[in-house]
Amino acid sequence: MSSADAFELISVDAGPVGGDPILRSIDLVVPANGVTVLAGPSGAGKSTLLRLLNRLDDPVAGEIRWRGRALTEWAPTELRRQVAMVFQRPPLFAGTVLDNLRVALADVDAERAAHVLEHVGLDSELLDHEADSLSGGEAQRMCVARALLTDPAVLLADEPTAALDRAARATVEDLGRMLADSGVAVIWVSHDTDQLRRLADHVIVLADGAVRAVGHLAELDASDDPLVRQSVGAP
Amino acid sequence: MIGVEQGDIGIAGLAASGILVAVAVAISLWRQLGLERSLLWASLRALVQLLLVGWVLQFVVDPDDPLIFSVLWIVAMVSFAAYTTSRRAADVPKVLRLSLLAYTASAIVVLGVLFGFGIYDLEGRTLVPLAGMVIGNSLAATVLVSRQLLIAATEQRGVIEGRLALGLSATEAFQPHLRQALRTALVPQIESTKAVGIVFLPGAMVGLILAGVDPADAVKVQVSVMYLVLGSVATTTAVMSLGISRELFTPAQQLRRPTQRTDD
Repeated sequence: MSSADAFELISVDAGPVGGDPILRSIDLVVPANGVTVLAGPSGAGKSTLLRLLNRLDDPVAGEIRWRGRALTEWAPTELRRQVAMVFQRPPLFAGTVLDNLRVALADVDAERAAHVLEHVGLDSELLDHEADSLSGGEAQRMCVARALLTDPAVLLADEPTAALDRAARATVEDLGRMLADSGVAVIWVSHDTDQLRRLADHVIVLADGAVRAVGHLAELDASDDPLVRQSVGAP
Repeated sequence: MIGVEQGDIGIAGLAASGILVAVAVAISLWRQLGLERSLLWASLRALVQLLLVGWVLQFVVDPDDPLIFSVLWIVAMVSFAAYTTSRRAADVPKVLRLSLLAYTASAIVVLGVLFGFGIYDLEGRTLVPLAGMVIGNSLAATVLVSRQLLIAATEQRGVIEGRLALGLSATEAFQPHLRQALRTALVPQIESTKAVGIVFLPGAMVGLILAGVDPADAVKVQVSVMYLVLGSVATTTAVMSLGISRELFTPAQQLRRPTQRTDD
């Protein structure tokens, strides 16, 4: 099941420096093919774990490996180009949509910019619109387009639809699905069990800073653990 | 009759100036501002501090005093400015160390130009006041830039991490905020340089004219002082902001959380 792009967490503790760890002694392989959803109750450590994968935060103990190397052996800038991220609140930079795309790739030409926008379902006419004039769903899709300019192998998505209305949520979910099908592995944090059921190829359930379950949705539906069944919205 | 001879108004003159403090106190009482105590205390403190400083400077700026006394005085000024900055921008990581570095660097650059190019003769009488201008006029801007950087790192965390997540380095990710903070700190100084002479006659010139110097000569000194203040504010804020920017990020290009910032 695990692909070459899987993340290996070995005895990882993570959390605020000097405080109690949110994640405790995690041993886990995070699959990086298709869509992997990180699920579990609020405060379980889902976002904490996600942020370790592109080194926005470092574990306080343990090691994380990707593509045969410890994350600490990667240049952080290079790692983050290959392991991209979109956030719950899309960070919009000053200027137009094109200006935003240029932050990811300084010399992106108009043709490539138009192409990547269309790839995420946005009209290329938006290129010279001010980024802050976009709707929530458009802004999030723009952020995905921007992230794609670095040619990532993996896209980390930290509750990317939590702040969106239903229609916008659907378009972003479809985009996630499309990316995963086209070869960009998606690791998606969600507290929405319906969303999980729509999207997930693999599921990791976290609770109280520990891994409760890992596997395909069908396996977890049949889990003996009621928390796991609840976290995946088992029928 | 109170006369001004070579800049000396005498004790009588000083006491008479106190009438103006009384004016301020009267206004405070009249409009019930409750500031009488602050006004009197501030005036008294200023008097005592300046009398003390004046007394000490006798031993520093006289041509017969060794230059080392002036240098020690400057070291004391730099230290006090750094201490004041660290109190006013207390949340800034390593603020004391960075302030010392910034004020020292600025003093070396500016005084190096002023004395290296022979603009002023190197003696206590010139070294101490000019160093005081460099340091004193940089204080507000340095505190401001420090606070602005910290605000940016806290309030703009989402945008900064958005840039980091795209593979930008910490320097690149923080650049727009660094630029904005420096602009915010420098613009007031630029504005007051523009307005000088039109809106107000600045202190150096006033002092020189009162002491009997020809206004045409006083003006040249004032212009050189305005330039040195611009140069010193730019240098101090640049050094300070670069130092702070580095402290805000880890070597792994991560934006530190407030609890992760190391202090002096």
